[in-house]
Amino acid sequence: MTAPVAQDDLASLEAGLDALETHEVERTSRWRRSLSAIWPVVVFVALLLAVWELTYRAGLKPTYALPSPADVGLVIGEQLRDGTLLEAIATSVERGGLGFLIALAVGTPLGLLVGRVRVVRRGIGPILSGLQSLPSVAWVPAAIIFFGLGETAIYAVVLLGAVPSIANGMVSGIDQVPPLYLRVGRVLGARGLASARYVLLPAVLPAYLGGLRQGWAFSWRSLMAAELIVSSPELGLGLGQLLDQGRLLNDMSLVFAGILGILVVGIAVELCLFAPLEKRVLRRRGLLVGK
Amino acid sequence: MTLLDTTITTLAPDTPAIRLDHVSKRFGAGPTVLDDVSLEVAQGEFVCLLGASGCGKSTLLNLVAGLDQASSGSVELPGGRAALMFQEAALLPWLTATQNVELALRLRGVGRRERRERSGELLELVRLRDAGDKRVHELSGGMRQRVAMARALAQETGVLLMDEPFAALDAITRDVLHEELVRLRQSQSLTVLFVTHNVREAVRLGDRVVLLSSRPGRVAKQYPVNCSQPRRIESPEVAELAVTITDDLRAEIRRHGGQS
Repeated sequence: MTAPVAQDDLASLEAGLDALETHEVERTSRWRRSLSAIWPVVVFVALLLAVWELTYRAGLKPTYALPSPADVGLVIGEQLRDGTLLEAIATSVERGGLGFLIALAVGTPLGLLVGRVRVVRRGIGPILSGLQSLPSVAWVPAAIIFFGLGETAIYAVVLLGAVPSIANGMVSGIDQVPPLYLRVGRVLGARGLASARYVLLPAVLPAYLGGLRQGWAFSWRSLMAAELIVSSPELGLGLGQLLDQGRLLNDMSLVFAGILGILVVGIAVELCLFAPLEKRVLRRRGLLVGK
Repeated sequence: MTLLDTTITTLAPDTPAIRLDHVSKRFGAGPTVLDDVSLEVAQGEFVCLLGASGCGKSTLLNLVAGLDQASSGSVELPGGRAALMFQEAALLPWLTATQNVELALRLRGVGRRERRERSGELLELVRLRDAGDKRVHELSGGMRQRVAMARALAQETGVLLMDEPFAALDAITRDVLHEELVRLRQSQSLTVLFVTHNVREAVRLGDRVVLLSSRPGRVAKQYPVNCSQPRRIESPEVAELAVTITDDLRAEIRRHGGQS
């Protein structure tokens, strides 16, 4: 009989195998990565501005309906200087952020309940996914009648828009947890709360983050819909109200300024908050190798 | 180095580590999966369960692990609990190798400082101390199974149930892990119940091979493995017994084709 490998040999054999089978992932430098992400955006925006300018010069529309990029830039500069735009952004971000946090506090336990309790799922589940496809602007009239023209109506619309997204993210996360993880948890002795804390919730995290991201998008959209309609002098001036003002004054440049503000906030929150958070979670789990 | 000296010392030496007594299992109104299976595994014994598809090997392990209940008969684990390893390493991907091992300790109520120490020792035992901070996706398949082994040892049950743990690995890695498992089993005096459909693997590892028939699963035949350990999967003694068992296994399988 051939002699089996001795213990020291086994150790070195394993070390060799381990070395052969693992390879370091090479990453391009951060600077280079962000550069390669930015230049297409810059080129595209430049093209867009060029087309805009050309359309303006062609005189297809009267100037009040289609101002030149330079005019809009001037108005934006003016709005920035007198603080109106920044104040509108601050007001809206505060409302959106607060609404989102409340939606988070409501949607998370709701999602857990729907995901884990069968009766609740049968009862609320379909309604919850139905609500998600309902444009939240449809709630505005009801909110105004119920709460009157005020902040409460705005928050109600934001919540109705964001809560279903967050809850649904949690539910689909729970549905996608590989049964193997739960089995491992049981084998290791995790029951009830321990199982939720050490297995279920961490496993749900990526889908839940996806839900939060969508929940924020819905909050922000719903907020704009609500502000556009719910505007009264007593209410602070948000971006939606700024848009409405622009429409009333027939001031296309102001409207553009408002739209740009809405976009910038949306992109900033995505780029500074959700994208890095999601990336980090996915990379730790090896779901984003090398990106 | 034995880490498990506190575990099965309370059992009398002649008490089996696992005892299945006339165990049957069917799921709902479905066909019988296991039919009147009686099996004893002695303390420190390494038993391989072998069978074609549908012999209920995995069902049997689940019963022993307490993940499922027998329809009739009794399953006894005098030592209390058993650790279970799957074909997939089933490490939790949001944790590092060390944290995976520590989770098993934490769920047993081991304190923080002791957890750190023990997980280090256990990873050392499977020779992965340096890989402790790696995440699951940074480990090769063989390394993952070794972390899973360390995690199973962290449960300190003394009884290790393995459900085709090496089936998804390449032949070279599998061979090395066979060696590793035999070494661990000796140094930690483990009782192992090992499910496989690889005849040579069963003979390579086991003190005893139990052949199960399929649909329903019954104990068809048992084979003591008399070659001395350590042995190699290529050795003629292993091959010889493997041929005998394979012939019996084929005869078992043919019975099913003849009926249809």
